[in-house]
Amino acid sequence: MVSIVTVEEKIPPVATPTKAANWKFGLVGVFFGIVFVKAEVISWFRIQEMFRLDSFHMYGVIGTAVLIGMISVLLIKRLNIKTMQGDPITIAPKQFNKGQIYGGLLFGFGWAITGACPGPLFAQIGAGYSVVIVSLLSAIAGTWVYGAIRKYLPH
Amino acid sequence: MLNFISQPWPWYVAGTLIGLIVPTLLILGNKAFGISSSLRHICAACMPAKIPFFSYDWRKETWNLWFVGGIIVGGFIGGLLLKNPAAMTIAPDTLNSLKALGVHDFTSGLLPTDIFNWENLFTAKGLVFFILGGFLVGFGTRYAGGCTSGHAIMGLSNLQWPSLVATLSFMVGGFAMTHLGLPFLMRWVGL
Repeated sequence: MVSIVTVEEKIPPVATPTKAANWKFGLVGVFFGIVFVKAEVISWFRIQEMFRLDSFHMYGVIGTAVLIGMISVLLIKRLNIKTMQGDPITIAPKQFNKGQIYGGLLFGFGWAITGACPGPLFAQIGAGYSVVIVSLLSAIAGTWVYGAIRKYLPH
Repeated sequence: MLNFISQPWPWYVAGTLIGLIVPTLLILGNKAFGISSSLRHICAACMPAKIPFFSYDWRKETWNLWFVGGIIVGGFIGGLLLKNPAAMTIAPDTLNSLKALGVHDFTSGLLPTDIFNWENLFTAKGLVFFILGGFLVGFGTRYAGGCTSGHAIMGLSNLQWPSLVATLSFMVGGFAMTHLGLPFLMRWVGL
């Protein structure tokens, strides 16, 4: 027994230096969910206002988020900022295909009907609109059907 | 302080905080901001059905499932614990247009309960607003390769022109549905 313990002690601890703990992303999600609800981004009414051009709110939210995101990405690239694990930050480029137009239009239809993009669907459920679970399940089904028939679709 | 938090937050506060999620995820672990991918990971985890699109190691993307799980918890905290006691202020023009389309509930919360209600599940309202709407969100975002977060925020932040095409398509689709589709659909479901 004693000898086994000594052998085990000599083995260095299994380290996973390039992987961040998943719960940290859960925490970012919690923060994001609170912002979603408190800024009423998850509101069906706010999305209706946006598509009826009756309010600046959603344009302000998305516009500011893009601006802050752009500045952040620019700074990360210019200052060569690394991840917390010390790896260089890489962002995969988006390849163009026609799906961005066809799929984009279809998502736009769904966005106007449900008043939610995928993030707010999750937040609405948390905020107590439990019936949105059905919309989420239908969204998962939509993703699944896309995966099943994608080779027949124009891209 | 709590009083301030429970008020609706202005767009510049929300936009700034949402924008900061982009560098936070990158610095935390080289993750690109995106939500709709979680729906794909759920498919890959629960029913891949030997479809090539779902045949990948979804366990490597668990962070994304934690992320959306966190959003549900955040929604609970924001919606129930930090609840805004006052009714929403809705732009008068939108309110009148929606009234004309048959929506009655403008005061109970962030969504009209005359639409978003379990009792509507097996009715035409449920078919349009939950089943059809949800399906289009899931199908469309995956077909487009991203949603508002992946394309409009992450993609535009990284100056990707395909994301601009996608974002414009989202908006065109939304305008078309709001002004051409919804008036017809809302009459059809009998609001």
